[in-house]
Amino acid sequence: MFTFSYHRPASVDDALALAAAEDEAKYLAGGQTLLPTLKQRLASPSDLVDLGDIAEMSGIRVEEDRVVVGAMTPHADVAASAAVRAAIPALADLAGRIGDPAVRNRGTIGGSVANNDPSADYPAACLGLGATILTTVREIPAEAFFQGLFETALAPAEMITAVSFPVPLRAAYEKFPNPASRYAMAGVLVAVTPAGVRVAVTGASQAGVFRWTEAEAALDAAFAPEALVGLALPAEDMIADIHGSGAYRAHLAGVMARRAVARLLG
Amino acid sequence: MPTFATTVNGIAVTAEVDPRLLLVDFLRERLGLTGTHVGCDTSQCGACTVHLDGRAVKACAVLAVQAAGREVLTIEGIGSAEALHPMQAAFREHHGLQCGFCTPGMIMAGLDTVRRHGTELDAETVRAELEGNLCRCTGYHNIVAAVIDGAAAMGSAAFAPAAG
Repeated sequence: MFTFSYHRPASVDDALALAAAEDEAKYLAGGQTLLPTLKQRLASPSDLVDLGDIAEMSGIRVEEDRVVVGAMTPHADVAASAAVRAAIPALADLAGRIGDPAVRNRGTIGGSVANNDPSADYPAACLGLGATILTTVREIPAEAFFQGLFETALAPAEMITAVSFPVPLRAAYEKFPNPASRYAMAGVLVAVTPAGVRVAVTGASQAGVFRWTEAEAALDAAFAPEALVGLALPAEDMIADIHGSGAYRAHLAGVMARRAVARLLG
Repeated sequence: MPTFATTVNGIAVTAEVDPRLLLVDFLRERLGLTGTHVGCDTSQCGACTVHLDGRAVKACAVLAVQAAGREVLTIEGIGSAEALHPMQAAFREHHGLQCGFCTPGMIMAGLDTVRRHGTELDAETVRAELEGNLCRCTGYHNIVAAVIDGAAAMGSAAFAPAAG
């Protein structure tokens, strides 16, 4: 790691002030991506502003038609929440399949969403369910928030405070995890909402999480796995690496989508 | 360098550390608690698993300063050579180790499994819960058996958890 100064403020206001005072400050949430990144010297923030003591940023609130998850809520808490499981079981299921148990005890929804790793799980939940990202200055719809590989709408010192998920009629997440990293090789969230079917794909595209609009239209017409047969994602737009080719991921995304639909019909 | 205060295995510790120091290196190099191992140093293997405020974490992905004001529990804090913790005793009983390198992390992960799933565990649960702990010797069979039996022993009337 390169050197940095460490701060652990007790309030959102103090955190914002600390981050604003330094040009190269970074917020530290659960650290399950940021700390490995620092260890590899792939980032060199001047300051780390640890959000771990800000109690108001952690916790789950279920309202009539929304589930609001505080940015510092660990994945393990979302996975274990009876309230989340009752309102949006797919969200609890997705959270319980991120990384491994020790990672889920530390990693947070705010950190995951702010990082926007193209293979992370939470972006699929946000985009698939049509969540709103709540920050210290505004509310950002998921469609506008995720802007490509590790890119988001966040301004430099802007901080995510919570993610608000509308409760769908039903939803399911299917993921093919990389056996070593547990990141999604392809992960698909299918949600049936009053406004229609939404399909979000993570892990596959070079541009990060995206809505598979052709699949949505097909499922709106006929909600069955067979409706997706014949739809093809463009292999040249998919991630190609040592773990799989673009064609492999394009195929895998289709399989995960069909499995998610089958699970909803099951 | 900042000074920070934490609690390790029930004992208050104050130290001056570089903020870059990882929790696992602090435990091993500054406190001499070498039961917590560095395997992969990339969050994959789980050999460095300790408990932070009661939850299993990978100590290679936590800064020492992040433990300020919190409680750290390592393998040294759960039992002794004279009085093994039931989970440790079960690993010995079932030969749940060969080289032993992954064992402290396996045991700390096993205890976190008991915290969340209780003392009556099945093999499927244990295998899923040990996803983040790699063993290169045993093939896991005996480790799974050890966690199941260790958990059961923790649930028996004979076991009273140590205070703190």
